[in-house]
Amino acid sequence: MNEMPNFEQAKTMTESKISANKVQVYYGDTHAIKDVDIEIQPRSVTAFIGPSGCGKSTFLRTLNRMNDTIDICRVEGSIKIDGENIYDPKVDPVQLRAKVGMVFQKPNPFPKSIYDNIAYGPRIHGLSRSKAELDEIVASSLQKAGLWEEVKNRLDEPGTGMSGGQQQRLCIARAIAVSPEVILMDEPCSALDPIATAKVEELIDELRENFTIVIVTHSMQQAARVSQRTAFFHLGVLVEEGLTEDIFTNPKDKRTQDYITGRFG
Amino acid sequence: MTDTTLTPPSGKTSAPTPNKITSILELDPLTKKRNAAEARFKLYGIIAIGIGLFFLVALLWAILSNGLGAFSQTFVKVDVPLNQQQIDDAEKSVVKTSKYRAIIDDAFAKELAGANITTEMSAKDLQKLFSSGAAATVRDYALANPDKVGTTVTFELIASSRVDGYLKGRVKREDLAEDKNLDAAHLDLVDQMKSAGLLEKRFNWSFITGTDASDSRPEQAGIGASMIGSLFMMLVVLFLSLPIGVAASIYLEEFAPQNKFTDLIEVNISNLAAVPSIVFGILGLAVFIQFMHLPQSAPLVGGLVLTLMTLPTIIISTRASLKAVPPSIRDAALGIGASKMQSIFHHVLPLAMPGILTGTIIGLAQALGETAPLLLIGMVGFIASNFPDGVAAGFFSPNSAMPAQIYEWAKRADPAFYERAWGGIIVLLVFLMTMNIIAIILRRRFERRW
Repeated sequence: MNEMPNFEQAKTMTESKISANKVQVYYGDTHAIKDVDIEIQPRSVTAFIGPSGCGKSTFLRTLNRMNDTIDICRVEGSIKIDGENIYDPKVDPVQLRAKVGMVFQKPNPFPKSIYDNIAYGPRIHGLSRSKAELDEIVASSLQKAGLWEEVKNRLDEPGTGMSGGQQQRLCIARAIAVSPEVILMDEPCSALDPIATAKVEELIDELRENFTIVIVTHSMQQAARVSQRTAFFHLGVLVEEGLTEDIFTNPKDKRTQDYITGRFG
Repeated sequence: MTDTTLTPPSGKTSAPTPNKITSILELDPLTKKRNAAEARFKLYGIIAIGIGLFFLVALLWAILSNGLGAFSQTFVKVDVPLNQQQIDDAEKSVVKTSKYRAIIDDAFAKELAGANITTEMSAKDLQKLFSSGAAATVRDYALANPDKVGTTVTFELIASSRVDGYLKGRVKREDLAEDKNLDAAHLDLVDQMKSAGLLEKRFNWSFITGTDASDSRPEQAGIGASMIGSLFMMLVVLFLSLPIGVAASIYLEEFAPQNKFTDLIEVNISNLAAVPSIVFGILGLAVFIQFMHLPQSAPLVGGLVLTLMTLPTIIISTRASLKAVPPSIRDAALGIGASKMQSIFHHVLPLAMPGILTGTIIGLAQALGETAPLLLIGMVGFIASNFPDGVAAGFFSPNSAMPAQIYEWAKRADPAFYERAWGGIIVLLVFLMTMNIIAIILRRRFERRW
């Protein structure tokens, strides 16, 4: 859908949204992420690719401190969002996660109505003062997620009763509803069929107007289709990062080249 | 594809080698053996279930055939003239009911004469047909209804347990030789009274609502007071073990760090579930009664002891149902900025609720049927006064519990109490079955898929 990534915009972008510096992640004694430095541009899609177990999901989860929920996980280095270190002791991860939303591999709507799924975030963050405002947030989130036309007449039906693709878009709508600045997506299409995948990809492309999106994907075609910049991870190391076009057509590193040509992974 | 596969077999068709399967229509020995093993295993299973069912039926039959009798009781219809003079006399005497007994004796003699039944037995012998509680029935009525004094009131006076047993087939004529309370003349009279319609056997509400009675009048004993004792205990158990158990499970499952100390706690909780209940009983005796000086025989103490017993059950089942909630639900809540507590209380706990409630009800049902610890803390109070005037009024007053009452009855010598014990078991089983059915309904209703 974007054969021509927004080259000019990406190139002229100087101030990055997220800037990671010498990030190390340990699971107990395992050194899972080594020395990762990356700048993530605002209002664009950055794809993390790499073979299984390379640490791309782990790194993604450090960006909203979801790794905090794992006892043995330890993060070193600094990750700054808009210049603020998210691992500063003063930062409450709960507040951070409202700013950096997340969409997971497997669609995980709450076993509640479609309406309640979307309304839950705004409710706990106090984003609406009245029922009308909440309705407005729900409607606009569903519209942004391209789901409004399909569900507007059945908002009180359970979110778990929808198709997989719809569920995943519901989860994206749920993430949008708390108006985050960054949306992290961890292989959002891996459980979906090609048609549902196409819809989600289309949605991601639209969302980049308003949000900074980081997506982990196993599919190199998907990375090529939706992202402006791509980062290639291998064995916990960020091997190469750059414009998606360059990574796929003119990789600088031998490992990147081997991976995208299908020699391993 | 190589051309060797296209080459037809040379010469005549080769004969099948004997150790190869040639046709799937024939069973080879190995398959036969496996099928036989499977058939045998199924048979063992059916036999096992058959044995189980046989014992269940035998048990139910034993309980029902022995216990149903407790739910009906024989009453004697007597027209008693309530005379103000006689009542005043009776109230002045020391043992008041003995005078009332005399009133009944006169009335009963008239009743027999009216039905054209003649007997040579003395009034004292005739008294043996009635429960010793009959006089109290007349007295209570006369005192409660002064306006009826001066009229003749038809009473249904409770018959003695022997008469009742004879009509139920429990007491036989050949047993009379060993029974000093009754002889053949009584039974002849009972037969005559029955055909004259003076005796009536009907459903015995006072068995369900009544209190325990002394050894000499099993016909008056009821399980009602101990039911109230059990109810108070269950309230204590529910209001202590549910919040404590759920809070402990949530903390252990969701918040506690994984270290040696929490491992130790987990192992101990699992072990506690297997500790014999009598151990909890002696613990309760030592801690709650001897150390804390809480009253003996009180439902509060019983409830505390049973809470200790129920907690491991509730914690284990709650943790299992918390574990069964998929982590993706927690991630989903955390991912949109819910705090850990919000994710647990808004999403995880509601999903785990059916499991928690089921575990709680099963735990309560276990506690309801528990006897041994109650014996140690004296929850076998003899409560013979009627509720609500009686002492079985609250959490601190002495009481009994249903299983303890059943045990007490089973210990007593009179076969009429034996019948009561079986009847009490039926009442207890009805409670347990009701609780289990509620658990099943809750599980079905709140079961959600994700």
